[in-house]
Amino acid sequence: MKIFKSIIIALVFLGLIWVDLPENIKTKYKIPSQMNFSIFGLNVKKDFTTKLGLDLKGGSSLIFEADISKVKKEDLNDALNSARDVIERRINFFGVTEPQIQTVKTGDKYRLSVDLPGINNYEEAIKLIGQTAQLTFRELPDGKIATNTPIFLQLTKDTGLSGIHILKSTVEFDNQTGKPEVGLKFNKKGTDLFAAITKRNIGKSVGIFLDNIPLTTPTVSNEIPDGSARITGNFTSDEVKKLTIAINSGALPLPIKLVEQKNIGPSLGETEVRKSVYAGTIGLIMVLIFMIIYYGRLGFIASLALLIYGLISLFIFKAIPLVLTLPGIAGFILSIGMAVDSNILIFERIKEELRAGKNFDIAVRLGFGRAIDAIKDANITTLTVAFILFNPLNWEFLPQFGMVRGFALTLAIGVGTSLFTGVVITKRLINLFYKTR
Amino acid sequence: MINFLKYRWLYFLISLVVIGAGLFSIAKWGFRYSIDFTGGSNFEFQMNKVVEKSKIQKVLDLNKISVVNFKLQEKNILLRTKVSDQNKESLLKKDLETKLKIKITVLRSETVGPILGKEAINKTLIASILAIIGILIYMSFAFKGFNFAFSAVLAMLHDLLVVVGTYSLLCHFFGAEVDTMFVTAVLTTMSFSVHDTIVIFDKIREYNQEQGSLEIESASNQALTETMVRSLNNSMTIVFMLLALIMMGGSTIRFFILTLLIGTITGTYSSPFVATPILVWLKNRKQK
Repeated sequence: MKIFKSIIIALVFLGLIWVDLPENIKTKYKIPSQMNFSIFGLNVKKDFTTKLGLDLKGGSSLIFEADISKVKKEDLNDALNSARDVIERRINFFGVTEPQIQTVKTGDKYRLSVDLPGINNYEEAIKLIGQTAQLTFRELPDGKIATNTPIFLQLTKDTGLSGIHILKSTVEFDNQTGKPEVGLKFNKKGTDLFAAITKRNIGKSVGIFLDNIPLTTPTVSNEIPDGSARITGNFTSDEVKKLTIAINSGALPLPIKLVEQKNIGPSLGETEVRKSVYAGTIGLIMVLIFMIIYYGRLGFIASLALLIYGLISLFIFKAIPLVLTLPGIAGFILSIGMAVDSNILIFERIKEELRAGKNFDIAVRLGFGRAIDAIKDANITTLTVAFILFNPLNWEFLPQFGMVRGFALTLAIGVGTSLFTGVVITKRLINLFYKTR
Repeated sequence: MINFLKYRWLYFLISLVVIGAGLFSIAKWGFRYSIDFTGGSNFEFQMNKVVEKSKIQKVLDLNKISVVNFKLQEKNILLRTKVSDQNKESLLKKDLETKLKIKITVLRSETVGPILGKEAINKTLIASILAIIGILIYMSFAFKGFNFAFSAVLAMLHDLLVVVGTYSLLCHFFGAEVDTMFVTAVLTTMSFSVHDTIVIFDKIREYNQEQGSLEIESASNQALTETMVRSLNNSMTIVFMLLALIMMGGSTIRFFILTLLIGTITGTYSSPFVATPILVWLKNRKQK
């Protein structure tokens, strides 16, 4: 029975270490950082990689404010949700892994917060996201116009054909010149409309506009009944690609305005991570030395408990997975400092009981029993503050900042874990080390 | 047993001096707020070679950038301006590159609209007040007495004043900025302060129960004597961690960590030397 228990503990321990291993470590054998197996018909798939936040990985965090003045109240939620989807589709073009797009309501203001980790060309991303991307087809109005105005200014009459009639837009290349161009495929109604437009405008110009900017103003040579059109012009293949994305993702249902942007280059984060890890290690060693010098054998036990604490917290970070930010790391490092607190409280109590002349076993039991009250009360207040900072219910009257949240979450996880390791694990370790003596 | 409470006038004096200095600084110099609260733009550009400050300044003037703060650290340009839009930023970057014949990497660029800044202040205040109320309620329940809760909260306010006051000094002399991370540090300090006070109060409560009508003053002295080592040791471990972060950690969170450090020190100090004397005073006053 005892061996059985030891094996389980050893397995759990190995599991912890496996998950906690840095994924970029180079070993002779490849260590997978993923779990993928079936058990009782249940597919378990879990990816244990560290997720770095924007401030560490570099990237952009953007907040757009939606102009809701033209949207009916009952359509508001739909409009916001579809705006989010449109933005998501546009972002996908940039190959951002795990973008986060949220709608945030504050008072009567509606905002979209867009996090793009790891993105470098944020200027283009902002432009593409903010585009309203309303594609329109226009023709010459009836009546005469002075012919010396540029053709795109003459094309003022809306044909009724627009982006909503487009099934799909693709990147194509001209057969003769090899120049890139945008191919459009209309749906049923669009096909009919387009056929009618081309029929009545043979020999005249028709314009295709994106957000009131003329893309192309070709002259119609014959009726096009098959529902396809091409936008040609002096485009680079990159521009064509972006145009197809914008057209495919459709128009934003409501105009948005950029009100906040934070862009962090990737190089800044790297050095910060390295420095923080270095600092954390040094701090940890100092704490361990201090504990061992001051409390001797008990200090050694506390140090072991602290290391286990580190392993468990890291495991939780990777399992959730928690997005690590710089303040988050600070919260974790702070919680290491606080984690020993329950041990110190307990040890001081034990010492007190020993001074009162009780034997060791009783002193340990009394020490734990008495210290629990203080530990519980003290940690509940820390958790209260972490709760307010984290704002889990997303109350709009409380701060909703990402950075602060990261700090609060790691702090809360730290406090919770330290309660477990500081009390339960330490007690086990004391039993183990003092019984076998 | 050491008679800690004998020197309460000294503790009072120390607190008075520290808080006084902070309040003086707040009144005279106030704070420097980050763009989180005022709105505006922050840029950090890295150039591929060292350029004289005056030359950069010239380009800034030419571009009509409304500069709030401009610093040059070797090859890094740290620039804070009033709210600027995307185009202006890229224009400035290009202009700097062509006029000074350098290459620029954008390390960081942030813009916060003015409305968001105002909202941030309000939300922060609400969060702090909620934290205080939450702690007050919990303490009243846990210790079955308003006196304990009230003294703990007063000590917490003491720590709040110390941290906020010293930060004003940091703003003035070292260019720190009040940002959301500062607020986080303040709230953490508040929770730590109470955390520490609770441990001592727990002891006082225990002696009160054990020895019945034992006089509060001697119960407190006894509690202080026994918790002093624990308080110091616990703070030491936290201080070790924070010191390591300040000395070796990155620059972006330095003031945040420094605030936490100040908070830890005042939080440790206030529990025996502010909260306990107030508790004793409150209890004694009631008995008379």
